[in-house]
Amino acid sequence: MQASATSEGDRLLALQELTKTFGSLRACDGVDLDIRPGEIHALLGENGAGKSTLVKMLFGVLAPDGGEIRWKGSPVAITSPFEARQLGIGMVFQHFSLFEALTVAENIALSLDETVSIARIADEARSLSQAYGLPLDPFAHVADLSVGERQRIEIVRTLLQKPELIILDEPTSVLTPQEADRLFETLETLRGEGKSILYISHRLDEVRRICDRATVLRHGKVVAACDPRAETVASLAGLMVGGEVATVTNSPNAGTDQALLEVAHLSLPSRSPFAVTLRDIDLTVRRGEVLAIAGVAGNGQSELFDALSGEVLAGTPDVIRIGGAAVGQKGITQRRLLGAGFVPEERHGHGAVSQMRLSDNMVLARHRSDAGTFLAGGILKVLKRGAIAKAAARVVDAMDVRKSGDDPHASALSGGNLQKFIVGRELDRKPVLLVVNQPTWGVDAGAASRIRQALVDLARSGSAVLVISQDLDEIFEVAHRIAVIHHGRLSAPEPAASMSRERIGLLMGGAAPDGASPGPGEAADAH
Amino acid sequence: MGLFEAILFSVMTAATPLVLAAIGELVVERSGVLNLGVEGMMIMGAVVAFAGAQLSGSAFVGVLCGLLAGAAFSLLFGFLTLTLVANQVATGLALTILGLGLSGMIGERFIGLPGVRLPVLNVPGLSDVPIVGRVLFGQDLLFYLSIALVVGVAWFLFRTRAGLKLRAIGDNHGSAHALGVPVIRTRYLAVLFGGACAGLAGAHLSLVYTPQWVENMSAGRGWIALALVVFASWRPWRLLAGAYLFGAVSIGQLHAQALGIGIPSQFMSMLPYLATILVLVLISMDRRLTLINRPASLAQPFVPER
Repeated sequence: MQASATSEGDRLLALQELTKTFGSLRACDGVDLDIRPGEIHALLGENGAGKSTLVKMLFGVLAPDGGEIRWKGSPVAITSPFEARQLGIGMVFQHFSLFEALTVAENIALSLDETVSIARIADEARSLSQAYGLPLDPFAHVADLSVGERQRIEIVRTLLQKPELIILDEPTSVLTPQEADRLFETLETLRGEGKSILYISHRLDEVRRICDRATVLRHGKVVAACDPRAETVASLAGLMVGGEVATVTNSPNAGTDQALLEVAHLSLPSRSPFAVTLRDIDLTVRRGEVLAIAGVAGNGQSELFDALSGEVLAGTPDVIRIGGAAVGQKGITQRRLLGAGFVPEERHGHGAVSQMRLSDNMVLARHRSDAGTFLAGGILKVLKRGAIAKAAARVVDAMDVRKSGDDPHASALSGGNLQKFIVGRELDRKPVLLVVNQPTWGVDAGAASRIRQALVDLARSGSAVLVISQDLDEIFEVAHRIAVIHHGRLSAPEPAASMSRERIGLLMGGAAPDGASPGPGEAADAH
Repeated sequence: MGLFEAILFSVMTAATPLVLAAIGELVVERSGVLNLGVEGMMIMGAVVAFAGAQLSGSAFVGVLCGLLAGAAFSLLFGFLTLTLVANQVATGLALTILGLGLSGMIGERFIGLPGVRLPVLNVPGLSDVPIVGRVLFGQDLLFYLSIALVVGVAWFLFRTRAGLKLRAIGDNHGSAHALGVPVIRTRYLAVLFGGACAGLAGAHLSLVYTPQWVENMSAGRGWIALALVVFASWRPWRLLAGAYLFGAVSIGQLHAQALGIGIPSQFMSMLPYLATILVLVLISMDRRLTLINRPASLAQPFVPER
């Protein structure tokens, strides 16, 4: 790269005044951004700040309403992903755009030149994946692969198109620390080859570690362009949310001896070819503590959550006890009536019904546990709209849920705000036990810190909290004790203070817990 | 022709319209579209094929007319569900009802007329082989075409890039669109193919199976073809096997009735349909089979984000 000052020649991509509006919302409002050859450029911003909209315009999925995209100095109109790829722009999506019923090679073939045979693509994919340290079997069905492996397909697929600019959307959210390190090495190799990378992430320490420059978006506008290495995590977060991000304050483990959730020798066969079998899981969560379960996606987290919430019943009643009561054979409602609360991983369709209003979602979850408040008319069970709306407003207030309109549909909220509502809906009941799966997946920094603080506060007030998460930062922020799930087996929980990232990473990768000191009162699982 | 050979021959004849209609619908469903109008397209194919053969005097012109009628009728379905994004289930049902009514109207003047039968094309040398010779090589154009279509569709879906794209659209139309695969255009072509195949199936009914025009002569075969696609778990070769199995059941019940087995004839006539239900239940018990093969975006509307 030449140091010749204002020339456009040293810019691979330059955006000028790029604008996109949806109705009255200006998702992108006059965004300027330039990317140089051979740099890793971070795009930061909260959920709803306009990052995805911007990236979709770059990749030809959305058409801009105004402004200009210049590629290597000349203006271009990118009207389809195909054209974006022709130019040399490749993209790795956050929510993978893979075809589950097809094989790895077939998935890759779909985005490549038609004249290349599938057999050759399989060969190239294999050698490329080895060269960049991303091992892949080209003939495996995607449906059978883990999330980390699926991401590798996306990356290899993008690399095979020989792009000059690679857009990565939240690439590390599904990886173990070791896998993430390997990805960073791959990215640095690519940078060394002169390729540019637009890197979108919520993980600010990663951005500081690997990115050369950063552009920060807020409410669709560029609010800062900076060198992330000269900033701190706190100052970057501050730029994103336009103020200080509260750090989560946790108190030392106040866990008493009273166990509120006891799981003993829980084993469950997998219910579908793509599910994980749970094997002999033992865990105890005590009053006043937060127990966190780490692990790479697809190692039995959702199966464990389903078993704990009662969505799937255990074989015998006494393998799961809530507040001492054997609930293994009881459904979700009975468990909720015992004072338990559950927040599943998927917000849409599981945690909330997207096409229904917030108040309706309130009743759906709590019509039995709060029957006295929400229902009237005896057996007629007439909804008390006023009381329900009041409760929904209380949750919105308590969790600072940002919404438009009085009682919007769940689908109208951004991911982070809907998650705040769903978590708040459970907290509002003051549950004695709260089980949450991936509480801040895809949630921006401000909302995430709010949710984590709420979990910590709940434990402090004398409840038991079980957090299943893939985010190690989150786990270290909230947990008193940490266990790791791998291939459906759970390691013995250990005090968070004595756990290191390296050790968790090894357990996540399936290393035998040898030399591990068993957690207090827990026998190490010796199978 | 011995009795066994005659039975085999009639099984093939009974199965051919099912193969034709089902292989078309298989391609439609693989692209993620559920067209429940197979019965309607089939009966339209039957009546127009019969009319075309009557007016021109040539059964081959009749076959061509049946094909075009089925395709034209499916184009109506495509326009409603793909361009106007109408509900596929409701539109397909409407198509069936419309087809049954419209065919009755068109066919009124043809009732009772003697039909033009599609000639038998013997494969030289092979059609004289004992037992299977006539069954496999002494058939009509539509029989050979049905086999060729199964082979062709299997090759197209799993060996060509265009087939891969079609399966990708059926699995996840949003991602396919993001990759620049033309979702709507591919689906239009698939729907047209499905319609043409259903039209051919209809032509087989009115030119081969019973060479005359009878109102409602499709008699639920379009529905059996739909069930066959699920039975075959969206795979062409299994579909062929399934169609002959159903052909055997329907012919078998006729012979059983003729032999005077002491079971009410109404019950025997129910057998093919009972077998359909039974097989569908059995198939849906194997979850993996369905998960890998069932087009995940089946019957879901697609509106590109722009």
